[in-house]
Amino acid sequence: MFIALRDLRFARGRFALMGAVVALVALLMVLLTGLATGLADDNVSAIADLPATHLAFSAESGVKFNQSTVTADQWQALRSVPGVADAAPVGNSLFNGHVYADHAQADKARTEVLANGKATSADTAGAPAVDLALFGVEPGSFVAPVQTAGERLAAGSDGVVVSDDLARKKGVKVGDVLVLDRVGLELPVVGITRKANFGHVPVVFAPLQVWQKATFGSTRAVATFVAVRADDAFVPATADQAQRLTTVTRTAAFDGSPGYKEETGTLVMIEGFLYVIAGMLVAAFFTVWTIQRTAEIGLLKALGARTGYVVRDAIGQAAIVLVGATALGLGLGLGLGAAMPGNAPFALKPVPVLGAGALLVVMGLLGSAVSIRRIAKIDPLIALTGGNAGAR
Amino acid sequence: MSLISLAGVGRSFDTVAGRVVALAGVDLEVDAGDLAVLLGPSGSGKTTLLNLIGALDQPTEGRIEVGGRDLTTASRRELFAYRRETVSFVFQTFNLFPGLTALENVRFGADVAGRPDAAEEAHAMLERVGLADRASHFPAQLSGGEQQRVAIARALATGNRVVLADEPTGELDYRTGIGILELLAEQSADGRRAVLIVTHNREIARMADRVVELQGGRVVRDGAPDGGAVPVASLRW
Ligand SMILES: Nc1ncnc2c1ncn2[C@@H]1O[C@H](COP(=O)(O)OP(=O)(O)O)[C@@H](O)[C@H]1O
Ligand SMILES: [Mg+2]
Repeated sequence: MFIALRDLRFARGRFALMGAVVALVALLMVLLTGLATGLADDNVSAIADLPATHLAFSAESGVKFNQSTVTADQWQALRSVPGVADAAPVGNSLFNGHVYADHAQADKARTEVLANGKATSADTAGAPAVDLALFGVEPGSFVAPVQTAGERLAAGSDGVVVSDDLARKKGVKVGDVLVLDRVGLELPVVGITRKANFGHVPVVFAPLQVWQKATFGSTRAVATFVAVRADDAFVPATADQAQRLTTVTRTAAFDGSPGYKEETGTLVMIEGFLYVIAGMLVAAFFTVWTIQRTAEIGLLKALGARTGYVVRDAIGQAAIVLVGATALGLGLGLGLGAAMPGNAPFALKPVPVLGAGALLVVMGLLGSAVSIRRIAKIDPLIALTGGNAGAR
Repeated sequence: MSLISLAGVGRSFDTVAGRVVALAGVDLEVDAGDLAVLLGPSGSGKTTLLNLIGALDQPTEGRIEVGGRDLTTASRRELFAYRRETVSFVFQTFNLFPGLTALENVRFGADVAGRPDAAEEAHAMLERVGLADRASHFPAQLSGGEQQRVAIARALATGNRVVLADEPTGELDYRTGIGILELLAEQSADGRRAVLIVTHNREIARMADRVVELQGGRVVRDGAPDGGAVPVASLRW
């Protein structure tokens, strides 16, 4: 890369300009990836973090969380399907509520709700309103949350374990009381678990029976879906047929969360466009650059440099600019990401960020590869017949 | 056997306006140690002939052998190797790499020819053309004469045995041109190299013992100039 490196030095202004554009694309890529990861976390982190391999929904639900109801017969039957290590019911519904530090105030608000359908603003004064996803799980089952503070869920108790998000953003602590709006259930907060979100709201874990009471007004032996822990021997189709279920992998179930598909689809489309734009941009740059270098390339060939040498030189040059610019862009993006406000749906994880960087470099290299044919076609004769490598 | 040997070489071009015969029936033998001038008016086929010897172009008739290699039957790969290892060009418009310093330009010549001692050779050749103190200058920072010296150093650093110079003084003033021609003339003196200089200037042709004169694509004369060769320094044009 004798020539390539020195051309970078010589035409640094031009390469800096292209590098800056690539760096900006990389920066944008980091922000988009962060947004995509953040939104996905916000929407389905509670599902993503379930220690389950598969989720079984009722057959007629279309694999939608808000359409599915499974029965005790179904989850019990699943436990004896070959390949299944364990199966546990999970109930899932969205609620609103208020969190009270003062138990007397909570009792009063609850009475109001039961009598009039809602609490007065005087009753809820000072109690933060929360949107939440209530997850009903059997205490002690493999899907029960691991508490980071306080206590775990207990059978026969109304105690709930809340996402760390509620603790951090709403100041909820162990000992507070959550009163569900409209339903009027009073749920003491007994523990905090790590951040878990569903449908862009924090998750509150409750014993399955409490969830049933909150959702149906009475304890009915149903849940929303069955979390399944299985190995390769598990054939979902067989179980589905027998039990009228639709079983999908945990990650496939994300699509069943309201809005998840639409959000990720839009972002993936924007990212796709960006990659294509980046590739075309680099292609355009290297096409013009190659045309400018025509005389020089002819001269190289006249001096006996083979096309392969010239192409390696050109691609190597592109790789240096792309890797440098992408690294710079990623660095800036990570810096900017770190400065993001904490409540924005934004999360940077190494795999998507590095993946985006690598893909950007690959697209750029593909773009630069369009100049290969042009390089190959240049005739060394032009070096003699009026070519002047100095004319750039 | 001569270093360069052409037998019945012809080159014609098919253009929309019809067939143009640039060269016809050229026989030529050049030995190592020869300094030869190719003389002829514009359009007489000088550049075409140089391109053929440099393997930048292929004849439509006849045979060309250089250093025992038959250029008319060689593969593409062999021709690239030939250009790296046997032949060096000096161009009218210098054709240095603008992004490389004087030293790097010379170094590139030695590198591409596969010389393991490229770095030292580049220094030595730049010194030989009197530009050791301009080693880190870029072509744009050098005068035309200095650029042409760098180009000659690049050709010499390859160690290749055939040096082809097409109107090397065409862009230079008289004084500078004399210096360049002297430098080129010296290069055949060790008996290893053949140096071919193309010019349309009859006065310049007097510098060599051997003048090959072209007219309309044919060799019309091949021998010593009228009145014999004279030292470069005494040329006037
Ligand atoms: N690629 C080409 N196509 C058509 N005609 C050409 C081509 N190259 C050279 N010629 C013709 O061949 C003749 C010799 O050209 P050239 O070798 O360049 O002459 P010189 O270098 O002596 O001035 C001219 O008539 C020129 O027009
Ligand atoms: Mg010419």
